[in-house]
Amino acid sequence: MNKPLEGLLVLEFCQFLAGPSAGLKLADMGARVIKIERPIKGDACRQLAIKNLFVDENSLLFHTINRNKESYAADLKDPADLKRVKELIAKVDVMTHNFRPGVMEKIGLDFQSVKTINPRIIYGVVTGYGNKGPWAAKPGQDLLVQSVSGLTYLSGMADEGPVPFGLSVADILCGNHLTQGILAALIKRAKTGKGVLVEASLLESTLDMQFEVLTTYFNDGGKLPRRSAVKGQGHSYLSAPYGIYQTADAYLALAMGNLQIISTLIGCDLSGVYTDSRSSFEKRDEIMLLIAERLKMKTNAQWLSILEASDIWCAPVLNYQEATALPAFKQLQIQQPLDLGDGVINTTRSPLQLDGEKLYSSKAAPEIGSGNDIINQEFNLV
Amino acid sequence: MLPLEGYLVIDFSQFLSGPSASLRLADMGARVIKIERPETGDICRTLYTSDLVMNGESSVFHAINRNKESFQADLKNEADAKLIRNLLSHADVVIHNFRPGVMERLGFDYQSVKAIKEDIIYGEISGYGPEGVYKDRPGQDLLLQSLTGLTWLTGNADDGPIAMGLSIVDMLAGAHLAQGLLACMYRKAISGQGGSVQVSMMESAYDFQFETITTFMNDGGHNPVRSAASNANAYLGAPYGIYKTANGYLALAMGSIPFLSKLLDCQSLRNFSDGAEAFEKRDEIKALLAAHLQTQTTQKWLSVLEPADIWCADVLDWNQLMEHDGFKVLDMVQSVSMSDGFSYKTTRCPVRIDGELLFSSKGSPRLGEDNERIIREFGLVPTVQEHTLDL
Repeated sequence: MNKPLEGLLVLEFCQFLAGPSAGLKLADMGARVIKIERPIKGDACRQLAIKNLFVDENSLLFHTINRNKESYAADLKDPADLKRVKELIAKVDVMTHNFRPGVMEKIGLDFQSVKTINPRIIYGVVTGYGNKGPWAAKPGQDLLVQSVSGLTYLSGMADEGPVPFGLSVADILCGNHLTQGILAALIKRAKTGKGVLVEASLLESTLDMQFEVLTTYFNDGGKLPRRSAVKGQGHSYLSAPYGIYQTADAYLALAMGNLQIISTLIGCDLSGVYTDSRSSFEKRDEIMLLIAERLKMKTNAQWLSILEASDIWCAPVLNYQEATALPAFKQLQIQQPLDLGDGVINTTRSPLQLDGEKLYSSKAAPEIGSGNDIINQEFNLV
Repeated sequence: MLPLEGYLVIDFSQFLSGPSASLRLADMGARVIKIERPETGDICRTLYTSDLVMNGESSVFHAINRNKESFQADLKNEADAKLIRNLLSHADVVIHNFRPGVMERLGFDYQSVKAIKEDIIYGEISGYGPEGVYKDRPGQDLLLQSLTGLTWLTGNADDGPIAMGLSIVDMLAGAHLAQGLLACMYRKAISGQGGSVQVSMMESAYDFQFETITTFMNDGGHNPVRSAASNANAYLGAPYGIYKTANGYLALAMGSIPFLSKLLDCQSLRNFSDGAEAFEKRDEIKALLAAHLQTQTTQKWLSVLEPADIWCADVLDWNQLMEHDGFKVLDMVQSVSMSDGFSYKTTRCPVRIDGELLFSSKGSPRLGEDNERIIREFGLVPTVQEHTLDL
């Protein structure tokens, strides 16, 4: 297979997660991605560990996000380095950065300046909150963006206060959106021959993520989301039984389904609360409590055999140990090893299959500046 | 000019995953025609949230399917199927999210469509991949969250599994499909070659968790442990989390504990250090921090922390967000109109191209409202000179 982005060259000036996750997606689809990093320290993510895990000098987190890339060390404040970077920019297809507004203008690598070096450049920018307004200078950090976006009032229970999503969801969505924008821009360039500016922000991405529920809010008179008071609720806007329930030995997820059929199957008397289909939302908490009481009586395996036989949408709730032991996990071959030379890191592969093939790459994340010599030579940078 | 102007997308998908991908393509300039079965159409039309009915249909459907056309066709009816095959000969992209095997039976799988349009770009989303023991199971968001370990990342240590309160796996699968399609559209623009893109919700759910599952894979297979309180990421140390204040809440991201202790005048934190200790003793640190932060208002803490460049924020609900200039300046809300004049507010595309916001005033389509126009425009009259299909 010829990967769709083969032959494209991307310079990544981004750090942390949002921008670099876009670079990873482009790399897995065939582009060559070169990280431009400041000497010695490099991408700040190299020192940002989760669970304090490091591989050699770099955090495991950095390895996860920056596999399948090269590194070119350059001090953008040093005129000789900056000159080489500009020569490199003249030869690439895409560049991305996530500096705060104004930084690239000072260095002279903003879109307008770069266009004079390379009129065909696709220029991708990630910000926290867009480039104007009172939040433009605020740190574009995931938890903070979740916090101002209203997202924290969608998970957990009614009386809990804000509950953030337990992953860097704003960063990840924004990286996906930036990737989409860059690809669309490449398509546009194929027609016009001209460079394109693509911008995404963590906040806009986090609002886009809420587009369904925000649309509901805009059109129902501005009612705030009402989480269920029952433990395990799955979605503030969906009716019973949608949620996670404790069973005799574990937890069971029940998605949307016909309450009359489900209550009959599990032997739960809802006659006191369920009168018509509207009850499933209006009496959500009462119904969920009754179902919860009943589901405690048997094990997951017992309930699954009853519910699955009737095509009810349900599943066991698994932790990582159980989830990665599922045959489906193994069959999809989600795990791939990265070659460190003297060892191996296991990580996930690209979620895409293109032309019927999974996209693997065993290339581990680069050391800072490990590509300088080759890149200087290849592009004749002096 | 929008980047995808001139591209025709034929979208057979329902619910959220596939349709969210075609919405993105539509906002970037492509023309999207939904193929819907007669009478009921996309099931999402009647999948209500909060029981809100807008102009006869669910608010969710209106959010996901604006800026698209609707063509109703019964794919099991040969006359209808012929119309669709005709239409496909004009298409650039096809999307579906039926369970594996359905499109093969209907004669609209990749090979069949490729026989109609050699350079088609064919995208599909499944729950668990096209093969294997799970292939016939429902690919539903909460079930995927539950089956991939995701529910053990949100909430606090003793909460049991907590779902993320949005259909996040659907949306990511849609985002990944859109990327694969766009990459293939780029390749086609350069080389003329078509291609296929397959995404499963399970692969997308793990891609979403790539940081944490990689840690799990390399750390001896320990399940994540959330902090006892104020958890925001099971893998990060103190202070990362949201805390109650005297009048609201405060989000605190990364910050040095000794520095915070001094800034906040929190004596009880004086003896803790950063790095390993901030992770290992995070429950203790977070409890002390929580007790201290309740003594003053959010505004008071922000006035101390922000000038010192500590990463922190107020925690807003939507009413507070809508009132804030930081939100208003984004111009994120747009009003769209349906063919019968009904208009509603929704969000716009989150990506900006050449400094412009991508608005579109077209609302969602009534079921089958574009049949006649599309039949006329593409001359879709079933004739004897049909393509012969290798079914």
